[in-house]
Amino acid sequence: MEYYLQLIVNGLVVGGIYSLVALGFVVIYKATKVVNFAQGELVMAGAYVCFALTVQFNIPFLWAFLVTLAFSVLLGLGIERMVLRPLIGEEHISVIMVTVGMSSVLKSLVQLFWGTQIKVYPQVLPTEPVVVAGLPVAPVYIAAFVLSAALFAIFSLFFKYSRTGVAMRATAFDQQAAQSMGIGIKNIFAMSWCIACVVSAVGGVILGNINGINAHLGHLGLKVFPAVILGGLDSLLGAALGGLIIGVLENVCDGAARQLLGLGGVREVAAFIILVVILMIKPYGLFGTREIERV
Amino acid sequence: MTDILKIENLEVVYNDVVLVLKGLSLSCAEGEITALLGANGAGKSTTLKAVSGLLQAEDGEVTAGSVLYKGEPVQGVIPERIVRRGVFQVMEGRRIFEDLTVEENLRCGAFTRPRSEAARSMERVYEYFPRLRERRRQLAGYLSGGEQQMCAIGRAIMARPDLLLLDEPSLGLAPLLVEEIFEIIQRFNRDEGVTVLLVEQNARAALSVATSGYIMENGRVVMEGTARELLNNPDVQEFYLGMGHGGDKKSYRDVKHYRRRKRWLG
Repeated sequence: MEYYLQLIVNGLVVGGIYSLVALGFVVIYKATKVVNFAQGELVMAGAYVCFALTVQFNIPFLWAFLVTLAFSVLLGLGIERMVLRPLIGEEHISVIMVTVGMSSVLKSLVQLFWGTQIKVYPQVLPTEPVVVAGLPVAPVYIAAFVLSAALFAIFSLFFKYSRTGVAMRATAFDQQAAQSMGIGIKNIFAMSWCIACVVSAVGGVILGNINGINAHLGHLGLKVFPAVILGGLDSLLGAALGGLIIGVLENVCDGAARQLLGLGGVREVAAFIILVVILMIKPYGLFGTREIERV
Repeated sequence: MTDILKIENLEVVYNDVVLVLKGLSLSCAEGEITALLGANGAGKSTTLKAVSGLLQAEDGEVTAGSVLYKGEPVQGVIPERIVRRGVFQVMEGRRIFEDLTVEENLRCGAFTRPRSEAARSMERVYEYFPRLRERRRQLAGYLSGGEQQMCAIGRAIMARPDLLLLDEPSLGLAPLLVEEIFEIIQRFNRDEGVTVLLVEQNARAALSVATSGYIMENGRVVMEGTARELLNNPDVQEFYLGMGHGGDKKSYRDVKHYRRRKRWLG
């Protein structure tokens, strides 16, 4: 039993990171209707920049973390300005292909600078486990979970109450009508890429603290698809729950397969099997917007 | 009386090939309601979009002529800056944000205004449209068509424009509701001194609130005058207000009539 509880706790932590990355994905999709295939590479970029700052430049971790966030804002602005803005008004498929291309470029850049070896973050939090509900849990796990939850709370409030947040949702629904209100949609697009880069970078740094980082970190981006499709492509709450559920399910499936059938590696496919099932029974996801139809 | 808006010999081309406006000229007197009437495809909406800058999003381009708002040209200015200068367009078909609540929709209307003003403006919208107050926490997508139109005009009130461009506010509404909406437009114009350029198919309703009007065909103005002159003009009566002369049916053999009709309806 404890074995499974441990799996669930691990799943929640990994799921929290999926949720964060999914949040970035959903924000972009909501505001610009772009399906961003480079989401995982944004995670990787953030993780490597923070790694370089702490290890190669010996900056204290907290400062390095803040600088990474600033870098992510610039990265978001840069991507929007140079890659996506020229494509405004083009076919959706062209924009999606550009994000696929961008993921390759980002991945190659990271390999160019830091190689393909696994890199380990310096120890930031104590390793002594804390006992939560009878289970030993590493402090870094708790920090990861709390940080994800806090970011979610902040962004939910932002979209509900701030003027810019509401304008972003309005732009997502009808760009031209938003323009007619005086909302600068280019600023809104830039803003959503910034948010996506920042939350992804936070996810990357957390992951780096837990597992270390390597050039395959970008594959995490793929795990976001089951999470957002389960939650509903354009729902923040959906991204949060979707990420957590996928994290827990893939850990538990993996653990069960290992223990009962002696199979390894189920973790990698579990999420995608779940994805197929969701698409069959609930294509809008748990919280996705259905078309409003007035009768 | 000064003209807040002056359009001269405007030509607009869509997609580099389709010439929609062919030298249109009109002007709006400050503080008045001006009606712009015409059949489908005459270029009424295009005219409004040329003023508000929304043409740019549709591959439309002003190729000749000028649009002067408060004496300054607006060509090539991005839409958000035009809104900040005091021009607000209520687009055809209401275009409300269906996933947002009524209140959030209204807040979007005040996007370019100082935050301190929002609460007071919102209160004013609810005075004009008490029904919106009841529904303010509902998703706007679930409102009835009339309420959606109220919400769309409410957003304009939130923006406190100097020049309001209204594109077919009567579209798809029951006659009584049309009357109500037009009364509110008139009140808004009178209370706030807002200049209104009103595009309409419903000529009778539009001319009942407007002081002057223009009739467009095929990208040009074919007639202009005060609302009274237009209402009394026999051609307008026949082709726009549906009042035949003496009730007898016109025949295509009546060539003179046919030519006259052709000039109107292209």
